[in-house]
Amino acid sequence: MDQNEPSPVIAPGYTFGSVTDKISSIVLARRTPLGWYAGFLVSFLLVMLLLVSLTYLVVKGIGIWGNNQPVAWAFGITNFVWWIGIGHAGTLISAILLLLKQAWRTSINRFAEAMTLFAVACAGLYPLFHVGRPWLAYWLVPYPNTMGVWPQFRSPLIWDVFAVSTYATVSLMFWFVGLIPDLATLRDRSQSRVGRMIYGMLAMGWRGSARHWHQYDTAYLLLAGLATPLVVSVHTVVSFDFAISILPGWHTTIFPPYFVAGAIYSGFAMVLTLAIPIRAVYGLQDFITSRHLQNMAKVMLLTGLIVGYGYMTEAFIAWYSADQYEWFVPINRLTGPYAPAYWSLLFCNIVVPQLLWFRRVRTNVPALFVISLVVNVGMWLERFIIIVTSLHRDFLPSSWGMYAPTFWDLSTFAGTIGLFLALLFLFLRFLPMISIFEMRTMLPEAKVE
Amino acid sequence: MAQRVYGLMAEFDDPRALVNATAKAREAGYRRMDAYSPFPIEELHDATGAPPSRLPLITLTGGLVGCISGFLLQYWASVIAYPLNVGGRPFNSWPAFIPVTFECTILGAALAAVLGMLALNGLPMPYHPVFNVSRFALASRNRFFLCIEARDRKFDVDATRQFLQTLGPREVSIVDD
Repeated sequence: MDQNEPSPVIAPGYTFGSVTDKISSIVLARRTPLGWYAGFLVSFLLVMLLLVSLTYLVVKGIGIWGNNQPVAWAFGITNFVWWIGIGHAGTLISAILLLLKQAWRTSINRFAEAMTLFAVACAGLYPLFHVGRPWLAYWLVPYPNTMGVWPQFRSPLIWDVFAVSTYATVSLMFWFVGLIPDLATLRDRSQSRVGRMIYGMLAMGWRGSARHWHQYDTAYLLLAGLATPLVVSVHTVVSFDFAISILPGWHTTIFPPYFVAGAIYSGFAMVLTLAIPIRAVYGLQDFITSRHLQNMAKVMLLTGLIVGYGYMTEAFIAWYSADQYEWFVPINRLTGPYAPAYWSLLFCNIVVPQLLWFRRVRTNVPALFVISLVVNVGMWLERFIIIVTSLHRDFLPSSWGMYAPTFWDLSTFAGTIGLFLALLFLFLRFLPMISIFEMRTMLPEAKVE
Repeated sequence: MAQRVYGLMAEFDDPRALVNATAKAREAGYRRMDAYSPFPIEELHDATGAPPSRLPLITLTGGLVGCISGFLLQYWASVIAYPLNVGGRPFNSWPAFIPVTFECTILGAALAAVLGMLALNGLPMPYHPVFNVSRFALASRNRFFLCIEARDRKFDVDATRQFLQTLGPREVSIVDD
C-alpha cells in the first residue's frame, strides 16, 4: 500500500448487515469475555474504595484530606478540572467534528460521548464533597427558601454549578438521542425476552420512518450546534473560577482559551488511552482504523502546542507586568519546592508530544498509547501546579505553607478512576460502543445518488 | 370477522430502490405512506413530500425562554429578593450574569430540541402496527420498507398490491392493524 495514501475510515468489504452484526454481537453475545470480568472486578473494588473514602469523609469532615490554609484547594479541585477536561473530547468529537463534516468521527463518537458522561460524573463528585457538607449542596441551586437567601450570581463558583449541570444534561441527551436508533436495532436483534423488553423500552418505539429520520437529523444537528458553544463555555467558566480571583498565577486573561485547549488535549489523550486497548480486545481494527488514531494524534499535537503557547504567555506576562508577586510565580514554579512537578509537567506536555510530528510515531500504536498516558499525567500535573503553587505562597511569607496529599486524597482519586472504568465496562457490555446506524451511512452502498 | 388492515408493505434491498419506489408511489397519487430505513436518507424525505421540520423554530423558542428566564432569575434574586452590596457593585451587575444566562439559553434550547423531536415523532409509542410484520425487524438492520396505509383515499388491497409489485420489491405483505 502507498505510504502517502490515507487509510480508510472503514475497512472495505462490509455490508449493512455485517456492520450491524459485528457491533451488536459484542452486546448481544451470550458469553461475556473473561477479561471483562477481570477488568470490571478491579474497577468495582476501586468503586468500593471510593465509597469507603467518601463515607469516612462525611463522618470525619474535610480534615481527612491534606488541604488546609493556605492550600485550601488541592486534590479536590485538581481532579475536578482534570476529569471535566477529559470529558471535553467527547463533545468535541461528536459535535464540532459533526459540524465540520469529519466523517472519521463516526466510529469513535459513541464511546467518546460515554467517556464524557462518566468523566463529568467523576468531576461532579469533587466539588460536591469539597463543600464539606454535601447534604447541604442543594443550597447552590436557586430555590425559594425559608432562610430568604439566594445564591450569589456574581460568583464564578455559582456559574460553575450552572455550566457543569447544563453540560451534564446536554451531554446525556446528546448521547441518548444518538443511541435511540441503535437501541431499536438491539431490540429487533436481541434473542432474550429481557433484552427485547429493556432495549424496546429504551428505544421508545423507534421505527426508522422517513419522517422520524428527518426530525431526528434536524434535532441531532441542532444539538451539535448547541453543544459546540456549550463545550467552549464550560471550560471557560471553569477557568473563571481561577481567573476572576486576584491571586498571582490565576488572574490572567489567557486562562479561558488555554483551559479549553488543555481540556481538548487531555480529552483526546484519554480517548486514545481507551480506544487503543478496546479496539485490540474487541477486534475492531476495521472500524477504528489507523486513520482515526493518526487524526487524534494530530489533534493532540495541535492542542499541545496551544497549551505550550499558554505556558509561555503566562510566564511572559508575569515578567512584563513588572509586578513582583506575579513574577514570583514562574520563578517559584521553576525553582521552588514543587519544581520537580513543574519540570515533569513540561516534559509530559511539551517535550514528549513533539514525537507526534513523525509519521512513524503516529502510525506506531504502542507508542501512541504510551504518549497518551504521558499526556494524561502531564495534564493532571498542570492543574495541580496551577492550584497548589499559586496557593502555597501567599502574599505574606508568614502565611506560606505546603501541601501533601493524604491517604484519603489518593484513595478518593483512585476511587474516581475506578468509578470511571466501572461505568465504561458496563457501557461496553450493554450498549453498542460504535454508532451502528452512522456506520451504515459510511458504506458506499448507502449513497443514493 | 376479517382482520382490519393498516396497510401494505413492500420490502426492498437497497436505498436506491426505496427512494425510487417512494417517488413512484407519490407520482401514482398515494399520499398516506411512510418509508422505513435503517439509516437516514436525505433523498427519502424529499421523495415522501413531507413538509420541512418545525423543530428549528421550537428550539429557538426554547432557547429564548431559557435566556430570558435565566436572566430574570438572576435579576430577581440579586435586585429584588436578596439585594447584597458586594464592594459597591450595582445590584443589577449584568456582565456577571452573562455566563448563567448563556448556560440557561443552551439548556432551554437543547431540552426543546430533544423533547420537540420526540413529540413530533410521537415517541414514546408502545404499539405500532408496522411491527406486526415479522420481517420488519430487518428495518433496523439492512432492509428498506415502503408502507402505503389503508387510510389513503386511493388505497385498495388488490390494486395497491399490484402497484407495489411493479416496483420490484422482494415481497409485499399485509400489515394488520
